[in-house]
Amino acid sequence: MSAQISFRNLTLGYERHPAVHHLSGEVKQGALLAICGANGAGKSTLLKGIGGALKPLGGSIDRHGLDPREIAYLPQGAEIDRSFPIHVYDMVSMGLWRRAGLFGGIGRADRTKIEHAIAAVGLEGFETRPIGTLSGGQMQRTLFARLLLQDARVILLDEPFTALDAKTVSDLVDLVRRWHGEKRTVIAVLHDFDLVRATFPETLLLARTPVAWGPTAEALGPENLLKARRLGESWRDDALPCSDAA
Amino acid sequence: MSLFDTFFAPFAEFEFMRRALAGVFALSLGAGPVGAFLMLRRMSLTGDAMAHAILPGAAIGFLFAGLNLYAMTAGGLAAGLLVAVGAGVVARATGMKEDASLAAFYLISLALGVLIVSLRGSNVDLLHVLFGTVLGIDDATLMLIAGITTVTLLTLAVVWRPLVLECVDPTFLASVSRSGGVSHIAFLSLVVLNLVGGFHALGTLLSVGLMMLPAATARFFVRDLTALVTTSTLIAFGSGVAGLLVSYHLGTPSGPSIILVAGLAYAGAVILGPIGGLAGRFVPRRHLEA
Repeated sequence: MSAQISFRNLTLGYERHPAVHHLSGEVKQGALLAICGANGAGKSTLLKGIGGALKPLGGSIDRHGLDPREIAYLPQGAEIDRSFPIHVYDMVSMGLWRRAGLFGGIGRADRTKIEHAIAAVGLEGFETRPIGTLSGGQMQRTLFARLLLQDARVILLDEPFTALDAKTVSDLVDLVRRWHGEKRTVIAVLHDFDLVRATFPETLLLARTPVAWGPTAEALGPENLLKARRLGESWRDDALPCSDAA
Repeated sequence: MSLFDTFFAPFAEFEFMRRALAGVFALSLGAGPVGAFLMLRRMSLTGDAMAHAILPGAAIGFLFAGLNLYAMTAGGLAAGLLVAVGAGVVARATGMKEDASLAAFYLISLALGVLIVSLRGSNVDLLHVLFGTVLGIDDATLMLIAGITTVTLLTLAVVWRPLVLECVDPTFLASVSRSGGVSHIAFLSLVVLNLVGGFHALGTLLSVGLMMLPAATARFFVRDLTALVTTSTLIAFGSGVAGLLVSYHLGTPSGPSIILVAGLAYAGAVILGPIGGLAGRFVPRRHLEA
């Protein structure tokens, strides 16, 4: 498999402070990659960088010709305004943005796709429900249905299974496996190591700097986990310029 | 007094009432959707700030050209757009919260306007700017308001989707499109345009009322975006018609009458509105099966 995304000495961060520091490596096309690490390890920052929402402080990200807007991104749920008066059906239909854009109509074929996506996540009958009345699991299913419609080659998931019941997690993990079977590249930020070991063949363990990147069993080995814990978070106002910076 | 005398005769007999009715209709068509989006974007007080930002521009226009429609409109537009675009650009470029950025810009605008007026040493009569003259709308003003409404509806049709997406899920919009910033600036410009259109009829400070009160009232009755925009527009127009009739029969100033009627509708919705109204909390109803 050829590379889908390559990192070359990548540093991402905020106000010159690195949140991801000197990351190099590549994600193959069709990879199913988990990103693990403690809070503040740079996991969500890395997804934002891949999605093009954050520019590198140093190094580069090569998407091999893929426009960042063709990457599907599922952010953490807190960033969605649940009080907005919009129904599940309309929320899911946003996944057609790439095809419909500002003015494109939603025809019969599109409506069928929307209905299939809603059915695929088990939300039939919820089409006219305002998103503010959904449970956390139902909202997450709605967002997965939107991802289905986006039909993207690369899918980024930021803590997609947090605070969900076992049945919902199982259903959504099945969707992730389906994407993997369709040779899509899936990169997910996760905290549940058991789930990662059971589902994701490849893992990047981050502690701002990359601790390990490879087969999940090795990356999440005891030595690497201990090393990640020691590195921890680091933000100092009096930090000096990085000597490795280009 | 018959039903006809109360509701229809004022409009049938007097041309200035028919002009006022047409003006209120055009204003409502623009103010309804703009107010709904201001509320949904949690920018309700932004409208108020923008109304203050327009005031010095309109006053400067008045200072140099008297009660000239075009001079006051140009002044109001220039001041409002400068504040709206400047605050939006600074917020997006620096990461400063938009409300703080807007407050800084409109306060500077207001102070500058007051300074210019006081330096001229003229005792300017700003009652027209402050409270408008809905019963004195002439052809040119009516055309201006109708033009602003047309621009508003056409622009909303273009930016509707990114506007909705930026409200509900800005991260998603940023991941699929670069239209978020442009649609935001376009929307702020619409707010300014509608405030400028409104100040000829209602004055700068009251014109924001025709945006916000109907939108806030509608939120107590509907859960759907399209219904919210439609209901806001209908309430704005209903308040306009009722306010004009109150003004005609009781001899009260027309602008404040319109806004007070909209305020009464809001008060009624707070108490009786089926979605979150106070009555629903204190009058127990049987829960549903599912």
